[in-house]
Amino acid sequence: MIEAPDLSFAALAPLLLVLGAACAGVLVEAFVPRHVRHPVQVALALVGTVGALVATLLLAGEEDQVTAGGALAVDGAALFLQATIAGLGALSILLFAERGLDPARSAFVTSAAVPAGSPRDRELMVDTRVQTEVYPLAGFAIGGMMLFVAANDLLVMFVALEVLSLPLYLISGMARRRRLLSQEAAFKYFLLGAFASAFFLYGLALVYGATGSVRLSDIREAGVDGGGGVLLVLGLGLLIVGLLFKASVAPFHTWTPDVYQGAPTPVTAFMAACTKVAAFGAILRLLYVAFGTAEWTWRPLVYAVAIVSMVVGAVLGLTQTDLKRMLAYSSVAHAGFLLTGVLGLGAGGEGSGLAATMIYLLVYGLTTVGVFAVLTLVRDGDGEASHLSQWAGLAARSPLTAAVMALFLLALAGIPLTAGFTGKFAVFRAAIEQGAWPLVVVALLASAVAAFFYLRVIVLMYFSEPVADGPTVGVPGVPTTVVLAITATATVALGVLPGAVLDLAGQAARFVG
Amino acid sequence: MSASLYLVAMIVIPAIGAAAVAALPRERGLLAKQVTLGVSLVVLLLAVLATAAFDVDGDRFQLTTSVSWIPDFGAEFALGVDGIALVMLLLIGVLVPLVVTASWHEADAGPRPTRVFFAWLLLLEAMMVGVFVATDVLLFYVFFEAMLVPMYFLIGSFGGPRRQYAAVKFFLYSLVGGLIMLAAVIGLYVVSTSQLGEGTFAFDALRQLDIDPEVQKLLFLGFFVAFAIKAPLVPFHTWLPDSGAEAPIGGAVLLVGVLDKVGTFGFLRYCLPLFPDASRFFAPFVLVLAVVGILYAALLAMGQTDMKRLVSYTSISHFGFIALGIFAFTTEAGTGAVLYMVNHGLATGLLFIVVGMLIGRGGSRQIGDYGGVAAKAPLLAGAFLVAGLASLALPGTNSFVSEFLVLIGSFPERPVFTIVATVGIILAALYILLMYQRTMHGPPRGVLLQQDPAEPLSGTGTGTGTGTGTGGATAASATATATRPAAPGTLRVLDLSRRELAVVAPLIALIIGLGVYPQPLLDLIEPAVSATISDLGGTDR
Repeated sequence: MIEAPDLSFAALAPLLLVLGAACAGVLVEAFVPRHVRHPVQVALALVGTVGALVATLLLAGEEDQVTAGGALAVDGAALFLQATIAGLGALSILLFAERGLDPARSAFVTSAAVPAGSPRDRELMVDTRVQTEVYPLAGFAIGGMMLFVAANDLLVMFVALEVLSLPLYLISGMARRRRLLSQEAAFKYFLLGAFASAFFLYGLALVYGATGSVRLSDIREAGVDGGGGVLLVLGLGLLIVGLLFKASVAPFHTWTPDVYQGAPTPVTAFMAACTKVAAFGAILRLLYVAFGTAEWTWRPLVYAVAIVSMVVGAVLGLTQTDLKRMLAYSSVAHAGFLLTGVLGLGAGGEGSGLAATMIYLLVYGLTTVGVFAVLTLVRDGDGEASHLSQWAGLAARSPLTAAVMALFLLALAGIPLTAGFTGKFAVFRAAIEQGAWPLVVVALLASAVAAFFYLRVIVLMYFSEPVADGPTVGVPGVPTTVVLAITATATVALGVLPGAVLDLAGQAARFVG
Repeated sequence: MSASLYLVAMIVIPAIGAAAVAALPRERGLLAKQVTLGVSLVVLLLAVLATAAFDVDGDRFQLTTSVSWIPDFGAEFALGVDGIALVMLLLIGVLVPLVVTASWHEADAGPRPTRVFFAWLLLLEAMMVGVFVATDVLLFYVFFEAMLVPMYFLIGSFGGPRRQYAAVKFFLYSLVGGLIMLAAVIGLYVVSTSQLGEGTFAFDALRQLDIDPEVQKLLFLGFFVAFAIKAPLVPFHTWLPDSGAEAPIGGAVLLVGVLDKVGTFGFLRYCLPLFPDASRFFAPFVLVLAVVGILYAALLAMGQTDMKRLVSYTSISHFGFIALGIFAFTTEAGTGAVLYMVNHGLATGLLFIVVGMLIGRGGSRQIGDYGGVAAKAPLLAGAFLVAGLASLALPGTNSFVSEFLVLIGSFPERPVFTIVATVGIILAALYILLMYQRTMHGPPRGVLLQQDPAEPLSGTGTGTGTGTGTGGATAASATATATRPAAPGTLRVLDLSRRELAVVAPLIALIIGLGVYPQPLLDLIEPAVSATISDLGGTDR
């Protein structure tokens, strides 16, 4: 007889809230009249994400536990990352809900199935109906991400990977403007993502073959005994490749610029912030819980991709002329900095690497959502004006927008008194404590190079004369204003007085299992 | 107010002032200026009060405040001053109100709002104070880097024609140096973790560490490169002429007068006490850089045709003297070097301001565009002469005292370097006097004197308007390098206005006063320097 697995509903509450809200969203789509659908969907999605955030915070004091038949690890790190994902997810939902900026009232195409450029498509361009399926889709993606960082066995991790990826592929292709670019991006993302999933699955199979288990703790036991050998190492390699793809670490980053550019900007914000958190959460858990005792197998690999990622991101970022592509390369560089933090965790879990990486993820996520939120404001007749030259002299036209953008850019560059510096300092300290100072030197040089392209935007906004018939700066509606206010405040607060949050991350920095 | 709060107030008040000025409506430019001037005068008052509260015979660091800031990093919001930091505070206190007054019309003509200029200026003041009073290395680092932002915007938004290039170059050079220093700062923290059991950034605790000599060398280099870029020593200097030339005059005065002193201050405060063995090991190399810098920058200064670039190069040459004094490792030379830091701020500050007044009238930075100004503007010429003579360290001016102290202090330890450095004094006389002679004496010529002074000298609308009415070679050069239009109100008057006299007079008084009676400053500086030199002790030599 099969026994029912133990389920701690309290520990699962954050997940249940988000996924429950998403399921309810599907029903809303079917049964609620069209004219009230949008507010209902937004409210539902916010209830789900904010509820999950509150639930994780309430759980924060609880004992770490492994639940659902050993499939989920609800520990400090999982809760911190889940809270981060839920919070950033809620901010992204707010960006999705903005209806005041685009004259067509939404960033999403009304009906994604209508071929781009067809007569029906042109008809729909001026239609006032809005797309509401994105909210349950985003809800599933957020649920998948939250599951991803708490997965205690490789199969659950794989399921979570798919749950988070599939909705993302879809909503990447739903841009209202430049639809073909958006669809191409979605298709690229889907194809390469499918490859990455295959890698992950193959790695999973090999690891299972080597150790006879998919449970992370069992894999660790097998590693201690020295069992598995080549099979285990190969499997680990493939698993890491699958995860590095999601985290857009070079050399597995090639989808990033295209998808970031093509996807609707609110989706880009969501993807850039939340996917990064989820992917790094999974990387940390996989490396330290499952392979913490087989460090020699992955440390050199991670060391190498960290350097490649920082250099590729920083150098290629210099040559970009489109802001969204530039930010994509910046995200590749930041993935490298994050790996620096990953390496800052010692074999037995000592060192401050875990807390540092989590802080960096939080800080990076907030700044990224903020910076993309600013991007949605600056528009010309053809949608968002993301070409660099269009931003010339923006400060003269809209001082507040330019100031907020400059703040986020300085934070991304890691200038002190912004949140970016707190994150950088934390990961670099963790890495140096573990003796990885050559990596930190590379990271510092890469930061300097990357600073150049962030500065270039500031130069354009502030020191260049405005271009004739340049873009207009839209007046954001309530949702975007809220997002900007929260992210900007957090960027300053985490830069000036990060003590409390650092403390929280430090306490949460533990894995169970 | 308790004395220990003076330092906090000196950071907080200008920072709040900056926010207030930035929040003013666009059309209240005059109010922005008045608030800025008021706030900067308050800071001067606080600096004076702090000096009065400072006990020369007391502890090394006084007026200390310490609040836990980021416990996870072991960082504290710890402030305190020694004599060296205190004289720098006085320098900041004196320079900022004068810079505000000198820049009264600086931002009026440009497209950008006046209040923005003054808000950045006040924020810069807050950061500059912070960097000198921090006694926690991480806090120092934070101010060190954050200080770049206001200066970046000052150069980029209000500078000359090539301001974008200059601003980015300034920022990137400093940022690279800062990031290298960040690695060393973290390294120092890790060493402190291993030796004290708990990581700390507190300067006094770090001073007690016994760091392995090889590690010391790496950490020393991390700090040194950042400071050498800031100070700037040759070969790290190439950003300064660009920034100095393109920055608005107020920015240039603070850049060369105070910001760059953070570099030499850092040598004394951090490199020497924290890494004594490495400092001794690298001293010959640093001295070579210093002496090469003195001569090389002086030669380059002579070759300049742009007055602001010329003054920038003279500063690089002077920074060589300061570095020589610091790395000679004697109390006398070190004291001289610190006094030099103050005196250079006053003398070069005055020189930049006077040059700026001249440029504001003529609209060109080229020496060749001026001639015989003294006949028409005797006060301006007189101020220029005093600034120049102070810059070349004529006895009776303040710079003479410090340069002399540096040289006699260094000679017993480093005779060869000192003798070579002395050549720099002769070169200084050449580049200063040549510039003075070409612009102020001789037959009246150039853009300034072609027209009747009763008429507006240049169109107020276009930046290149001054080049149009002149003949010959000057027209081409003026057009090529004309700065932004001079502000209205300064154009009709050729000699110094009352506002400008109010800027120049206090500086001249200080230059002469400190030249004759430098003892009060020396009394402040000497104990701190001798404590630093004794930190270096314990090693052989």
